[in-house]
Amino acid sequence: MSLEFIIAAIVTIIGISTPILLAGLGELVVEKSGVLNLGVEGMMLIGAIAGFAATVMSGNPWVGVLGAAAAGALSSMLFAVLVLGLNSNQVATGLALTIFGTGLSSLLGLSFTGRIVASFGSIFPVELARHPIWQLFFGHSPIVYFALLMVPAVAWFLKSTRAGLILRAVGENDLSAHSIGYSVNKVRYAAIAFGGAMAGIAGCYFSMVITPMWAEKMTAGRGWIALALVVFAGWRAGRLLAGAYFFGVLMALELYAKAAGFSFLPSQFWAAMPYIMTVVVLALISSRESIGSNAPACLGKPFLPSN
Amino acid sequence: MRIRLEKRPEPSKLIQVITPIASVLLTMLLGVIIFDAIGINGQRAVVDIFITPLLASYKWQDVAVKAAPLIIIGLGLSIGNRANVWNIGAEGQYIAGALAGAGIGMVTTGAVGWISITLMLIGGVIGGGAWAAVPALLKTRYKVNEILSSLMLTYVALQLLSYLIGGPWKDPNGRNFPQTAPLTADQTLPIIFPGTTIHLGVGFAVGLALIFWLIMSRSVFGFQIRVVGSAPHAARHGGFNTNETVWLAMLIGGGMAGLAGVLELTGALKSINLGFPSGYGFTAIIVSFLGRLNPIGVLIAGIVLAVTYVGGQVAQTTVHIPNSTAGIFQAMMLFFILASDILVRYRVRFVGRTAPAVVPGE
Amino acid sequence: MPFRLELTGITKRFPGVLANDNISFAVKPGEIHALLGENGAGKSTLVKMIYGIMQPNAGEIRWNGQPITITNPKMARKLGIGMVFQHFSLFEAMTVLENIALGMDAKIPARELETKIREVMSLYGLKLEPHRQVSTLSVGERQRIEIVRALLLDPKLLIMDEPTSVLTPQEVGQLFDVLRKLAAQGCSILYISHKLHEIKALCDTATILRGGKLVDTCDPKQETSRSMAEKMIGGGLKDISKPAGRSMGASKLVVSHLSVPGDGHFGVSLKDIGFAVRAGEIFGIAGVAGNGQNALLLALSGETVADDGEAITLDGVWLGKLGAKARRLEGLASVPEERNGHAAVPDFTLADNSILTARDRLHMVFSGLIRSDMAKDYTAQVIKQFSVKALGSGSMAGSLSGGNLQKYIMGREIMQKPSVLVVSQPTWGVDAGAAAAIHQAIVDLAAEGSAIVVISQDLDELLSLCDTLAVINEGTLSPPMQVSGADIEQIGLLMGGIHGDPDAPTTIVEAAHAH
Repeated sequence: MSLEFIIAAIVTIIGISTPILLAGLGELVVEKSGVLNLGVEGMMLIGAIAGFAATVMSGNPWVGVLGAAAAGALSSMLFAVLVLGLNSNQVATGLALTIFGTGLSSLLGLSFTGRIVASFGSIFPVELARHPIWQLFFGHSPIVYFALLMVPAVAWFLKSTRAGLILRAVGENDLSAHSIGYSVNKVRYAAIAFGGAMAGIAGCYFSMVITPMWAEKMTAGRGWIALALVVFAGWRAGRLLAGAYFFGVLMALELYAKAAGFSFLPSQFWAAMPYIMTVVVLALISSRESIGSNAPACLGKPFLPSN
Repeated sequence: MRIRLEKRPEPSKLIQVITPIASVLLTMLLGVIIFDAIGINGQRAVVDIFITPLLASYKWQDVAVKAAPLIIIGLGLSIGNRANVWNIGAEGQYIAGALAGAGIGMVTTGAVGWISITLMLIGGVIGGGAWAAVPALLKTRYKVNEILSSLMLTYVALQLLSYLIGGPWKDPNGRNFPQTAPLTADQTLPIIFPGTTIHLGVGFAVGLALIFWLIMSRSVFGFQIRVVGSAPHAARHGGFNTNETVWLAMLIGGGMAGLAGVLELTGALKSINLGFPSGYGFTAIIVSFLGRLNPIGVLIAGIVLAVTYVGGQVAQTTVHIPNSTAGIFQAMMLFFILASDILVRYRVRFVGRTAPAVVPGE
Repeated sequence: MPFRLELTGITKRFPGVLANDNISFAVKPGEIHALLGENGAGKSTLVKMIYGIMQPNAGEIRWNGQPITITNPKMARKLGIGMVFQHFSLFEAMTVLENIALGMDAKIPARELETKIREVMSLYGLKLEPHRQVSTLSVGERQRIEIVRALLLDPKLLIMDEPTSVLTPQEVGQLFDVLRKLAAQGCSILYISHKLHEIKALCDTATILRGGKLVDTCDPKQETSRSMAEKMIGGGLKDISKPAGRSMGASKLVVSHLSVPGDGHFGVSLKDIGFAVRAGEIFGIAGVAGNGQNALLLALSGETVADDGEAITLDGVWLGKLGAKARRLEGLASVPEERNGHAAVPDFTLADNSILTARDRLHMVFSGLIRSDMAKDYTAQVIKQFSVKALGSGSMAGSLSGGNLQKYIMGREIMQKPSVLVVSQPTWGVDAGAAAAIHQAIVDLAAEGSAIVVISQDLDELLSLCDTLAVINEGTLSPPMQVSGADIEQIGLLMGGIHGDPDAPTTIVEAAHAH
């Protein structure tokens, strides 16, 4: 294995970890507020087509990212209104959002199939971004750096800000937070919108950076891996980063298996690997009490105040 | 004017029946508006998706054949959903059941008469059940969230299918096309109505709906499922084991999905190719909710969803919308039914501005 | 000087209920004012309006002489009204400091807040470690968080809602010291309780509510406990009739070396529990909430199974490894503390709730199918015999009042003629009439030769009901003692244990000496 090969592989790993990192960070905040949104996959697809479409129409990828974030947040509000406003079942509503997002993105994507979008270009000098070694640090899409910045930002928000404290309190004991005088639903609406925006950006990374073009169901279940990642990380932002890279390695295996001499097993095995490992890792993690104790106590439960 | 919710003394049976119907109608109405907004003839699209398959008698058989797997999977899932065991990997179990059936079919090709097909059907149930046993084991032994594990296994099943039909199980006479060899005549399900495509699997769906109805409404097992879903602590107090319930719900959900898979193989498709996984396992989740987790409701909801599948194909040719559009309608129905759940327990009152708003739960 | 708080004609209606009917009374500065009444008398509704959680339909609230509308708790706190709830609004997985910060309306930097907390604590002699996680604290310590939180706002009126129901007698003494200190500094205290001896010991004035109406405002020091009780309940008190000269039979339920690990992250584990209950005996288990009562009930009912079959025996039959269903068939019935969602399914009819625990013992199941007609008949009998106010066996359990649901649940178990009945908090949140009926039913069942275990936090209830008593503390059970001739002081010490607070032993000894 040559150095170039290894560097190319690492760049790939960082790239394909980015969407699950983004969506995972968003879902982490949602879950910390006590809500389980299983619609990540659907919001990602909506973000993917919205970002793509906005870029095609404006010619500016930054507008695309904003469009993806807005579309993700908007679609998450559909979930929020049902779950928070009408107390519907969170699991089923999240699933509905995923099914909806899948269908809607296919329909909206019809007229964008086969189109090409403007790329971001490099935010660093081209000599660095194309340099055989420095590209490790400077050769990524701006979204990658944004995702990396969001890790300490989310960690800091949850741990050290008053808003973060209130958000954790709402997820820990919604009835108590309500009785002290905090608006549980307001906090949760905000958290869900943030989660939606992050999932939207994660989605547009597929259609604007990885391929870059629009294809139906192009997120291929990564939204679900992002959900598993939150459990894997024990609801901690720092560990989410480590987890995202771990899954990034597994996902890269499918792409590099042949080149790396792993072709003794069929390619489908390597394609299934991230999903198999997700289950294995969940089994290893979930049985450990120390991880579970960090799970928000109200996760997934309906909020029913008595007054 | 403000909206106020008042808790009903007991859940309204009438609302439980009305809301699924209203959900379908609202979906149709909203569909017209949305499609018009994006420049497609909305009225035509909705009529083609929801009405045309009902009017054209030659489409009825398509509806029946598509409804069968939806109903069978939906029946199994409604048990889990009632007990708060969230098996969303029915698609994977459906594939696993079909693959298990196909495998047995290959081994028993030479067997006399109905032996091979019977073994295939049993194999399908076991295959689907085995695929669901993994999340059940992980849930009861290691407290792994069954939502994620069952879904992850669906992706594994897809890869397994792709590997088998492209490798060891590839039809040697199939011009290198990745699919299994077609089943022999002995290995296919009989047709119920000669001259149609309605196979025995449709009969299975109707029969199973009645059996599930009897079990859920009259048996201790049905009672157990209802208690576990409504009040898990009370269920433990009543002597119902939580882990046992998880196992039963997962195995029944998986077994039914597996049965649906092998019925689809032996009744409708006769061989497995890459297009075999058609999303029935996911749509069946909608079927179970639209049917209000009631076996008879699931039977009706399965037919409704099958209509949208068939209608989606009609609309594809008439108004040129993608096949996935049916998915939007299906999701909208699910949204409406979930949103209306609150009406079963609460009464909506429109009151003057001065009255205090009451949050659900009061 | 104007009154600190004055209520005139306060009325609050809920659909179908008049919770407060034209209530008027006033609280002077520095006064400790009791609000006395049974469960459901309207005390909680009234204070929720004072604290701004609800608005009255009619009437006026004056604060320091000025008429005001208290729109929300935030405004109440701004005015100087603090409240310590009966059920704490705490966050288990967070620290004491974080919990207090969440309760503060003003944004104060963490370090500054910690200094302030330490000041308040030393001023009133409250002991707490700001950086401990709440889940590791005793109930008394948790209440201290709520009190500190209220005191940080420098309140002019402090509302205490049933504060002693979760405390040991010694902790009650400490709390009273704090409250007297506060009152001496001019803070008014509205003290909600139904415990008459506490009100006599602490309060200057008592306002008594019954059925949403104000019955009397009096000086508790001039009243006897009985006279206040009669005003509170309305009419004479009915005593439990225990047949004289009951004879106890042989040991029926024997528990020995029963240990169960704690359930979940915050659960209490049971350690080497042992006791025996004879036929005809009522065995009480006292203790402060959260000391393993729930775990004990689950371990006895079979909802958690022991590793050792011999840990629990009934007439010599090993029950330890059997589940709830099998234990019921052997004759062990149980009634857990939480009615809605544990003892009964609120969304189910009463008939279905009968199927929940009576199906096997009363043969309601034939080859896997349920005989719903039998369940309906049985439920109708329970309703009749235990005077349950319900429309019939088709009523939803959740539509019954607390007392009626409890009567139904007790009836459902008792009419199965269990040879052992384990019941937790039998009269918690139940009106006096239903409580008396439930107590009588327990005594009658014992008279027929069943062995009964009553787990309760209400020491008065246990002392009047039981023959024998043991105290549970941190999952350990004390040796049993005869109720006749029991030493309240000693029971109090056992209830306190050496829980959490390292200084507790000395203060307890001092408190014991002081009496």
